[in-house]
Amino acid sequence: MSRIGVAFDKARADGRAVLVGCMPAGFPTVEGSIAAMTAMVEAGVDVVEVEIPYSDPVMDGPVIQKASDIALAGGVRTADALHVIEAVAATGAPVVTMTYWNPIEQYGVEAFARDLAAAGGTGLITPDLIPDEAAEWLAASEAHGLDRTFLVSPSSTDARLRMTAEHCRGFVYATAIMGVTGARAQTSEAAPVLVARLREVTDLPVGVGLGVGTGAQAATVAGYADAVIVGSALVRCVLDAPDEAAGLAALRKLSAELAEGVRNPVR
Amino acid sequence: MSAVPAAGQVPDAAGHFGRFGGRFVPEALVAALDELDAAYRKAMGDEEFLAEFDALLRDYAGTPSMLYEARRLSAQVGARVLLKREDLNHTGAHKVRNVLGQALLTRRMGKRRVIAETGAGQHGVATATAAALFDLECVVYMGAVDTERQALNVARMRMLGATVIPVTAGSRTLKDAMNEAMRDWVANVEDTHYLIGTAAGPHPFPEMVRDFVRGIGVEARQQCLDLTGALPDAVAACVGGGSNALGVFHAFVPDAGVRLYGFEAGGEGVESGRHAASITGGSSGVLHGTRTYVLQNADGQTIESHSISAGLDYPGVGPEHAWLHDTGRATYLPVDDAEAMAAFELLCRTEGIIPAIESAHALAGARKIAPELAAELGREPVILVNLSGRGDKDVHTAGAYFGILDKE
Repeated sequence: MSRIGVAFDKARADGRAVLVGCMPAGFPTVEGSIAAMTAMVEAGVDVVEVEIPYSDPVMDGPVIQKASDIALAGGVRTADALHVIEAVAATGAPVVTMTYWNPIEQYGVEAFARDLAAAGGTGLITPDLIPDEAAEWLAASEAHGLDRTFLVSPSSTDARLRMTAEHCRGFVYATAIMGVTGARAQTSEAAPVLVARLREVTDLPVGVGLGVGTGAQAATVAGYADAVIVGSALVRCVLDAPDEAAGLAALRKLSAELAEGVRNPVR
Repeated sequence: MSAVPAAGQVPDAAGHFGRFGGRFVPEALVAALDELDAAYRKAMGDEEFLAEFDALLRDYAGTPSMLYEARRLSAQVGARVLLKREDLNHTGAHKVRNVLGQALLTRRMGKRRVIAETGAGQHGVATATAAALFDLECVVYMGAVDTERQALNVARMRMLGATVIPVTAGSRTLKDAMNEAMRDWVANVEDTHYLIGTAAGPHPFPEMVRDFVRGIGVEARQQCLDLTGALPDAVAACVGGGSNALGVFHAFVPDAGVRLYGFEAGGEGVESGRHAASITGGSSGVLHGTRTYVLQNADGQTIESHSISAGLDYPGVGPEHAWLHDTGRATYLPVDDAEAMAAFELLCRTEGIIPAIESAHALAGARKIAPELAAELGREPVILVNLSGRGDKDVHTAGAYFGILDKE
């Protein structure tokens, strides 16, 4: 079983959801991003999602776009992101990575799978790669024992939910809303429906992301999902902070609030 | 044998042109792309749809566009130059063909809102025009750099009732406008159609847009036969995303004797790194939902493109061009800013036609290839040039380039 699977089993035994926290590698700097993710783990994030920045992130809202731009302007490269993954994996928390397809295609799909596994990464979330186009990734992830997380959406047909879940390993990522990343005031009404539809077609754990940013929202999502995925709200802690120490303090505070949320699921 | 060859066997059912094309999109869009694909295939086999599209093209857009033999230009080029006058279409470019086709489909799918990306503003104006005609809500995303460069087209879109949203993310140009339109579509796909302006993006857009504009080549092929008694020796077009080039090429693809030339924007020269020549100076990658040639660095990050022509200023190209390049059926060459502007001036002075700077790249390309073609054929070659758009929108840019504007 993958390290992600262990985290899900443990949380399930504790009657709670897994908290996944996302941060772009190299934001605000390579070392700064390692410090941020380490602080998140120390404050209660169970699984770290390391986003490899990309110049044209069509599934990301303004907060993660800005963070990605800062990282790229700072010169972060795919090899740096792998270094970040290795450093964060050393904390003991499972590390999953997320990026758009072109950076991986240019790195070389097989080489990326090899180096991600060697860095201690557990798998990859692919926001713009659907199983229909994923033959090369299916083979490379199989060869290197990496998890595959494809996205499903409220607009997915039942047939596509089934097909996509069949190609996933580790967990399935359910996008809570029709839209891009970014914290929102309201929790989604579409998400519990989507998760219920997924349960009909798969036994894999289901993570829900997009629009979750507070402890209360995390508790709501934890009521029906196996993992609560938070990105923009955490990134904003660093983006809005006057200095690094303030950013880390804000990250710790929000991580702890979210960790409390996933431990008090609203059912 | 039919005078007009049928559409080729590409792409396959999943939208692959050889190793290019396909769908690299968020799952959220797949249902909408499937819906669009089904609507498009049904429409292309529906006599009523085709009759309505033909009537709109004829009565509203003003097609078939004329084929004009440019004699004074020909004397300067060293070839018999035939201009396909897409610049005379309503809204001033070939793009009206695509937007009318997609607007008809939008109505058939029962959607009430269209969104579009635009660089120079030509596709935005065409989309706003069709939206007014079909009574659709219209939102156009345009890079903040471009809304400044092309203020006149911003005003045109607003007059037509469209909302223009300046995009301040990334490089603030066409590629960022396309990102933002994709984000809007992901959020509003239920009631919104994304009216992509070129033969790029995820399947079925490259194939569908090609089919809506392929009338350019179908008309030109027959017009050329009527005028000269033979097919042209070469067809020349500019290539940004590549819809006008595919439009004029497609009917000629089965004609092995007709050479197809696509001229990319060489900007300040391909070797300078400041250009928009994705095939000549880029490499295979994934951008905006499709696999094609892309301007990118070693890590797969998109590199900003440069061209004096806003309409060619895009770091990718439609996947069918990537395939035509790989198979050798078409030849792609760069034309730099200076060459394009010299051809722009030449057409103004010899024929009294002010072309779009985009189309001036095709004219410059025809000048480049004429001597080789003449040597190879041992006679004056016949070159069909797609004059894809008119230059009204470029008067300020060209005036500044030639230093002929009075001080403001």
